Amino acid sequence: MALLQIAEPGMSAAPHQHRLAVGIDLGTTNSLVATVRSGMSVVLHDETGRALLPSVVRYHADGSTDVGYSAQALQSNDPHNTIVSVKRFMGRGLRDLNDVGSMPYQFVDAPGMVQLKTVAGIKSPVEVSSEILKVLRDRAEKSLGGELVGAVITVPAYFDDAQRQATKDAARLAGLNVLRLLNEPTAAAVAYGLDNAAEGVYAVYDLGGGTFDISILRLSKGVFEVLATNGDSALGGDDFDHRVYCWILEQAKLSAMKPQDARLLLTRAREAKEDLTTRAEVRINAVLGTGEIVDLTLTAEIFTNITASLVSKTLTPTKKALRDANLEPEDVKGVVMVGGATRMPQIQHAVGQFFRQEPLNNLDPDRVVALGAAIQANVLAGNRSDDDWLLLDVIPLSLGLETMGGLVEKVIPRNSTIPVARAQEFTTYKDGQTAMSIHVLQGERELVSDCRSLAKFELRGIPPMVAGAARIRVTFQVDADGLLSVSAQEKSNGVEASIVVKPSYGLSDDEIAQMLRTSQENAKTDMASRALREQQVEAGRLIEAIEAALSENGDSLLSVAERTEIDEGMAALRLAIKDQGHQQIKAQIEKLNHISEAFAARRMDQSVKKAMTGHKLEEWEA
Amino acid sequence: MHSMNFDFSKNHFELLGMTPAYRIDLTKLEQAYRDIQSQVHPDKFAHLNDVERRLSMQWSTQVNEAYQTLRQPLDRARYLLHLNGFELHEETNTAMSPAFLMQQMEWREAIGEARAARDVSDLEHLSGKLRADVLAQQTQLTALLDNDRNFEKAAEVVRELKFMEKLREEINYALEAVEG
Repeated sequence: MALLQIAEPGMSAAPHQHRLAVGIDLGTTNSLVATVRSGMSVVLHDETGRALLPSVVRYHADGSTDVGYSAQALQSNDPHNTIVSVKRFMGRGLRDLNDVGSMPYQFVDAPGMVQLKTVAGIKSPVEVSSEILKVLRDRAEKSLGGELVGAVITVPAYFDDAQRQATKDAARLAGLNVLRLLNEPTAAAVAYGLDNAAEGVYAVYDLGGGTFDISILRLSKGVFEVLATNGDSALGGDDFDHRVYCWILEQAKLSAMKPQDARLLLTRAREAKEDLTTRAEVRINAVLGTGEIVDLTLTAEIFTNITASLVSKTLTPTKKALRDANLEPEDVKGVVMVGGATRMPQIQHAVGQFFRQEPLNNLDPDRVVALGAAIQANVLAGNRSDDDWLLLDVIPLSLGLETMGGLVEKVIPRNSTIPVARAQEFTTYKDGQTAMSIHVLQGERELVSDCRSLAKFELRGIPPMVAGAARIRVTFQVDADGLLSVSAQEKSNGVEASIVVKPSYGLSDDEIAQMLRTSQENAKTDMASRALREQQVEAGRLIEAIEAALSENGDSLLSVAERTEIDEGMAALRLAIKDQGHQQIKAQIEKLNHISEAFAARRMDQSVKKAMTGHKLEEWEA
Repeated sequence: MHSMNFDFSKNHFELLGMTPAYRIDLTKLEQAYRDIQSQVHPDKFAHLNDVERRLSMQWSTQVNEAYQTLRQPLDRARYLLHLNGFELHEETNTAMSPAFLMQQMEWREAIGEARAARDVSDLEHLSGKLRADVLAQQTQLTALLDNDRNFEKAAEVVRELKFMEKLREEINYALEAVEG
């Protein structure tokens, strides 16, 4: 079960050891896990050969769960405790959900994110999602025969910071090392672009179960550059089901449904939608708990009519993305269709008409995101790839700060290439003011009340001065996962106070640890051994990373004394791995990280120089 | 904050290996950007330790900033002025020539009328006209910045261009509102 083979001091680890990494598409309706095996990206199946895992979690009174098909099959029997489409609740408050009434759940309003009351207690969407991820992790580890080094988890490109943070928390809770949060259309573009050696401007139209994304990318010479992205994080195939459901209620003159019956009819609606992909009409039959019988015929024409507004709802963001990219529909060389919902003929037709070309359907729309994520995970895990490529992605929504009068001042505009940082200076408006409240928002609207509130915090300890004399610099940093951190510095009087704030809806490390403990107590696993194992893995990763760096340019960048210090740090860590507890290992990891800082900085400098002069690595080493 | 002995002081032109000038070879700029980004991007460091990952993010951020600044004509001009010690003080310095301000009012009226009439082709016509005006201003900037080194006058043109940029946004908003 060893993840990494740790070599004896002085010996380096096997150079071409393949690190196990996966790409996970955590979808609204279905989830998948894929990996690169012998150079090919493949979806991993369960024991019975099924690739899709329905994103359905059923809770039992003893705290155990069913995930996937078994939970899906019985959802009409136990709708309160069977959570479907949990992705729609990620990072959302109760007020954000517009169809609460038609869902069979008991929602609990909680600060930041809504929660669900189940027979096994109150669950947050993060916990529910982590149950799905755990099943996929187990599937991958069984299938690949070892522990995973890490995973790339895909998110809708239009997910805001709260939704991204929630997804990352769910992955951590499932015990996954997140190599990257990757935007779903970008993952699809990787799978498509590499397969087809595509060059030029492409649009990825991604209509999933509950989210819609449109991304405009420029592909050239191994660079995937997202020019603009737009979408609707609450629009997807589910909404088409819902329209059919409403049509059934209207036609059959039904009202005030029991949750069981509602769930049954929603399932029938979904089946009808799927059947209409290949047929001109379908019959919808159901016997309700009340004894009422539903027997209706839905034609493709009626279906197209009752969903026309949903289709056009996807074209508005599409137009906006093109405008942001400064392009016209005819500039787009190909339109890649992603997501099961793009199978609907009326979608194919509308997209074809808008772009004046046949959309590309040569990749399975259910799998392409996971396949692309696996390809990227393989590279991020450090498995060398001959053909290197670069993904340049963007943030989908502007970030800003509240200013006087409830207005939002944009600090980072949407579609900025990430990672990105921007600073803004503020000053006090009253004499002797010593605190300042900072409110971070995301969205395109001018009013605070129309944007999503990400974090509110107070900056205290500003030295009292006359109004306008203080200099407070607030810096927004968005990392390559599209996640924001905010820091503030007070620079007058030479005093520099700095704090870093993670937006408030995210779980703190303590909360994650607490949840992990609870879930492990349920699973009766040994916490201490888990912690030890984690630190050993972490230490193994660090040693391996430093060894790789040393063998690359340890000789040219380090003095003998520096080299010795690093070698000693590694030796100490190796000893700690062998026979010490997790706390000692952690301390040695921190120490080694500190020792190797200057080396890391020089390596980075050298990389930049190398790029500047256009020299290849071999030329430097010669 | 971390005490890295790290040189973030390079200006954007140095970082991307470009000669500081307003007239710039955009193909070369893009190539330099891609070359450096493919060395420093966080995706290249995802499997390495915290320190390398953090440095990579800082560098990659810096390179993005440099590229975006130099790529946009208005930002590039503003940055060149900054390097030459001329700050624009855009918030406080709003003194514009009366002729220019009169023009601005006419533009705004025209956009407002087209928007009220929901006239897409008129808005697109205005957008094309604005683009031509901006191009003319940029030609003037090239002469002022690269040949005459008349930064005072260049700063004035940059301020005017900023107003024109606002007009462009307004036309786009109007188009969005009309087209839905």
